[in-house]
Amino acid sequence: MAEITLQGKVIIRGEARGKALVSHEPLSFWGGYDWKTGEIIDRRHPLSGSIAKDKILAVPFTRGSSTTTAVLLEAIRAGTAPAAILTTDIDFFFALASVVAEELYAAPLPLVALAESDFAQLKTDDEIIIRRSGQLSVIRRR
Amino acid sequence: MTTFETKIMAGCCAKPALRELMLTLSPKDQDMLRGDLGAAAKMAMSIVVRMAEVAGAQELLDISAAHIDSTVYIGEAGLEFAERLASLGAKVAVPTTLNVSGLDEHHWQEWAVPSDWARQAYRQMVAYQGMGTIPTWTCAPYQTEMRPAFGQQIAWGESNAIVFANSVLGARTERYPDLFDICCAITGRVPAMGLNLTEQRAGQLLFRLIDIPERLQQSDDFYPVLGNLVGKASLDKIPVIDGMESHPDEDQLKAFGAAAASSGGVALFHMVRITPEAQTLQEAFQGRTPSETIEVRMDRLRETRRELTHTDSNELHMVVLGSPHFSLAEFRRLAPMVSGKRKHPDVKFLVTSSRAMTQLARQAGLLETLEAFGAQITVDTCILTSPMLPAEIQNLMTNSAKFAYYTPGLLGKKIAFGSLEDCVNSAVAGEVVRDESLWQK
Repeated sequence: MAEITLQGKVIIRGEARGKALVSHEPLSFWGGYDWKTGEIIDRRHPLSGSIAKDKILAVPFTRGSSTTTAVLLEAIRAGTAPAAILTTDIDFFFALASVVAEELYAAPLPLVALAESDFAQLKTDDEIIIRRSGQLSVIRRR
Repeated sequence: MTTFETKIMAGCCAKPALRELMLTLSPKDQDMLRGDLGAAAKMAMSIVVRMAEVAGAQELLDISAAHIDSTVYIGEAGLEFAERLASLGAKVAVPTTLNVSGLDEHHWQEWAVPSDWARQAYRQMVAYQGMGTIPTWTCAPYQTEMRPAFGQQIAWGESNAIVFANSVLGARTERYPDLFDICCAITGRVPAMGLNLTEQRAGQLLFRLIDIPERLQQSDDFYPVLGNLVGKASLDKIPVIDGMESHPDEDQLKAFGAAAASSGGVALFHMVRITPEAQTLQEAFQGRTPSETIEVRMDRLRETRRELTHTDSNELHMVVLGSPHFSLAEFRRLAPMVSGKRKHPDVKFLVTSSRAMTQLARQAGLLETLEAFGAQITVDTCILTSPMLPAEIQNLMTNSAKFAYYTPGLLGKKIAFGSLEDCVNSAVAGEVVRDESLWQK
């Protein structure tokens, strides 16, 4: 078992813990995320078929449709959203969904941006703990 | 470690400390934030301010138009958001057009739209229409009277509309998400960030067309394929395309942009000597050096064209055209192709467009020709935003890279890509047929 600590930039403050689901391909939630189940449904995306509900989803940023925010908001309301999202940059689309979820449901989704070199260390199935400071503990079982 | 917390300074004259990110609000912004201009403006401004902080913007800018993509019905949360704003008395502060909705208001019963879904989608239409907006119900607002001008600051949603407004018209909008567009329209303000600012509109990646035959460059299906390739390689960067020998028309640029905004997050592109901020290569890059140069050759284009088809079968149940919404010029191109022909009885043929364009096409006598061919027209929406297709329709064909990109994930159906002419010929033949002559070695 190995543990590393990474310091990210807090985009939307919060705590979360869960298994990582990691891709280096950006993702559109519209046509890419089924908010009724939490499944990644972009059939051209490497995570196609994975369930992101309650996971720590790590994608560099969003692609394509401006409807990504609306889909993530539905997922937050339906309880099918990831527990938190990690990106390589400030993703305005994810951030807005979190801000609106706070406004409507007092349920913001934690968002943290990582340096690309830190993001590159993440692997699917790592156990990740996100703290309010933006610090991450990444635990990997071998 | 920098944090992304910013402070809102009281008053307009406070001086930000060096290197500290700080958002300065105008007195009117502060009035809105306090609720002096109503509860809806307060909610909208608090979201704008929160997002300006997230983006690290230092001030807000005035806009003079907006286009609302939040009209697309996704589910309860989006509806609750719209109805919350509406119940608080929301009114837009600038001329505001509406994107597609979840249903063709007057014809949805002809399709497979569940009635409870239609009720919800209709409530969302009513909520946004009540805010003083212009009910254009189209994803091609740049082909309406509300087409923005060069240099105009706007807040537009809908990825294909954003990329067209920025690139082809030279108007200025960030890639605004749904739900944010309406907050900007209500407040008349946007964070000063990204593509609203001149220096952030410089090209970043250079795509050089190498040995692409001019005849292919003149064909319609070249543009969605090139757009798909550029989007996929650009992701969120600003691409510059050099080496075009043909001068694409407006609908070809529309197809290119919609494709690039689907396979990537492209919100602005420059085409040298074609788009308004790229009279020269140097102007497109604002004198900077491209971070990368990508050569576009036929082999890569052929591969991209193949990827747009998401099926191995030639089976065909339906042809879908009109993503983005069909323009009058596209109706004019299609009508002579179908004139005197009749589609195969087992294949449906659907064109999606706006009410305004459809009206113009009818006045021009074009719709009669299409209807004689067996085509159907849907307005206000499209196959991606309305659950209109019956379950037995599984194999689609389109000339739109956007339809081709999203159909497998959103609808779980198979889709083949071809030119407009291929689509017509396939509808007649009853199976997918393509003319490969322009694409061969």
